[in-house]
Amino acid sequence: MATETVKPRGGRRRWGSTVAGVLVLAVMLFPLYWMLNTALQPEAGLLEVDPVPHGLDLSGFSKALTDQGGHLLTSLVVSLGAVAICLAVAAPAAYGLAQFRLRGSRTIVFGTLITQMVPGIVIANALYNSYVDLGLVNSYFGLMLADASLGIPFSIVLMRSFMVSIPGEVVEAAQVDGAGRLRTFVQVVLPMSRNSLITSGLFAFLFSWSDFMFALTLNTTDDVKPVTLGIYQYIGAHVGDWGSVMAASVLSAIPAAILLVLAQKYIAAGITGGSVK
Amino acid sequence: MTTSTVTAPATVAQAPAPGPARLRGRRRLAQWGFVAPAVVFMLLFFGYPLVRNVVMSFQHYTPKTFFTGEAPFNGSDNWSNVFRDALFGKALWHTLVFTAGSLLGQFCAGLALAVFFSRRFPLNGVLRSLILLPWLVPMVVSGIVWRRILDQDTGVLNSFLGTLGLDGSTPWLTDPHMALLSVILVNIWIGIPFNMVILYGGLQEIPRELYEAASLDGASAWRTFRSVTLPMLRPVITVVLVLGFMSTVKILDLILALTDGGPADATQTLGTLTYQNSFVQLDFGAGAVVGNVLILISAVFAVFYLRANRTEGK
Repeated sequence: MATETVKPRGGRRRWGSTVAGVLVLAVMLFPLYWMLNTALQPEAGLLEVDPVPHGLDLSGFSKALTDQGGHLLTSLVVSLGAVAICLAVAAPAAYGLAQFRLRGSRTIVFGTLITQMVPGIVIANALYNSYVDLGLVNSYFGLMLADASLGIPFSIVLMRSFMVSIPGEVVEAAQVDGAGRLRTFVQVVLPMSRNSLITSGLFAFLFSWSDFMFALTLNTTDDVKPVTLGIYQYIGAHVGDWGSVMAASVLSAIPAAILLVLAQKYIAAGITGGSVK
Repeated sequence: MTTSTVTAPATVAQAPAPGPARLRGRRRLAQWGFVAPAVVFMLLFFGYPLVRNVVMSFQHYTPKTFFTGEAPFNGSDNWSNVFRDALFGKALWHTLVFTAGSLLGQFCAGLALAVFFSRRFPLNGVLRSLILLPWLVPMVVSGIVWRRILDQDTGVLNSFLGTLGLDGSTPWLTDPHMALLSVILVNIWIGIPFNMVILYGGLQEIPRELYEAASLDGASAWRTFRSVTLPMLRPVITVVLVLGFMSTVKILDLILALTDGGPADATQTLGTLTYQNSFVQLDFGAGAVVGNVLILISAVFAVFYLRANRTEGK
């Protein structure tokens, strides 16, 4: 009898927590809802926006695609390039730091952690001047390199902490079979480290996609303009056009949403695995 | 968006293979080939800017510099000019208030949510992962969305407050006395998911038995939280606060998107001031001075952190 009376109450309390959780989520996600809602009411302009859209008015989105489509593409190209650079530089380093007993490894790992202390605007300040000298201002490659720097320290630490656990015998066995050091790395180590490689790549992509500061400081013309910079300059120039600004914002948030749905386990792994060890 | 890393070194390495010294030397060289690109990259993109900023802070940059390539050394002029400017003191103060306020808010809310989600209830996992979304959206985009929400006349926050019968005409971003607080509140919103996820992870690591023992001793929920949860969570709390500090103290995107440092410099921080000096006024020398102060603050904090870590590890 006693369990029967306790059980439903416990169950109800659990669902009570779910309700509370949904409320918390609603508050946290409200600004994102409002972004979408405003995007669907382009006629509101500078006026108050209604709580729900009246219909599916996509004119804001089509305007955003016309004005910002190119910048979205730029963001995509730059981010993919940054991911490629980041992984090409970070994966071998992570392996080397994890498996070879090199003198100075500890110093390098420590240095990797310290880099995260350096404010981006300080980097940009010096980088701009070197970029002017090297002709890298307003170039895709220059921005890719700068954006790659956002992901490299994180990726090295994350992949290294995984690669440390690859048994030395596995690597040795491959080498006994006649595989060179590089081939062992590509054919044995990388496939084994697949998950940490994907997590690093995802974060490198998100860091680069979200980058605003390098885009703002390392570009003086409109040649290379990622969507973050595009939206920022747009509100300066078209104050009343909130509908298409928000539509562009929604479009710029899509990769994050997709990654969260498709790669949720990697993202959770990246945040906790990369931060607490 | 920020994620950073703090790890303890762990070395598992192959035993050095025997062989003639020359062979071993070549082996070493090949091994360094794996690490060298990353070392060079980090020296160029992190080491070099640090040094160059110090040098730049003693050089006189003008808009003409980029045509002539001339930036003559001018002693400590940049430093004294920056320090004499009242804006520097203001920006320093705003940076400290912004950082402290953001961390306090993010941490408390994040911890509360982490504790909340540690309970078992239906849909827990789904809700917990969806809450990450604000953290994944580009920060400058979040800033722009909030700029619309906080608009004094037509923003939804004020119309909502008006509906509740409260003051529906708060000048969130346009009043110099309000703006910094508003920027902090938005940054708290951005930082909550990150704090929550890490603290949640830390909470899961605490052994169940400790809670069972506490409840056998008849400890109240608050008592258990204070004497079991908080002490056990301490290392994770340190990590969260350090990472939070480093990403908050240098923030730029959010403030530019919300207020551009205004109104009347009310939200100018060391980050935005560096940007203004260098990239708006094209006085890179002055920008470098402010940037160096920013680095110094981070470095002092890092030293404290490392020392605290060492004593804790004993």
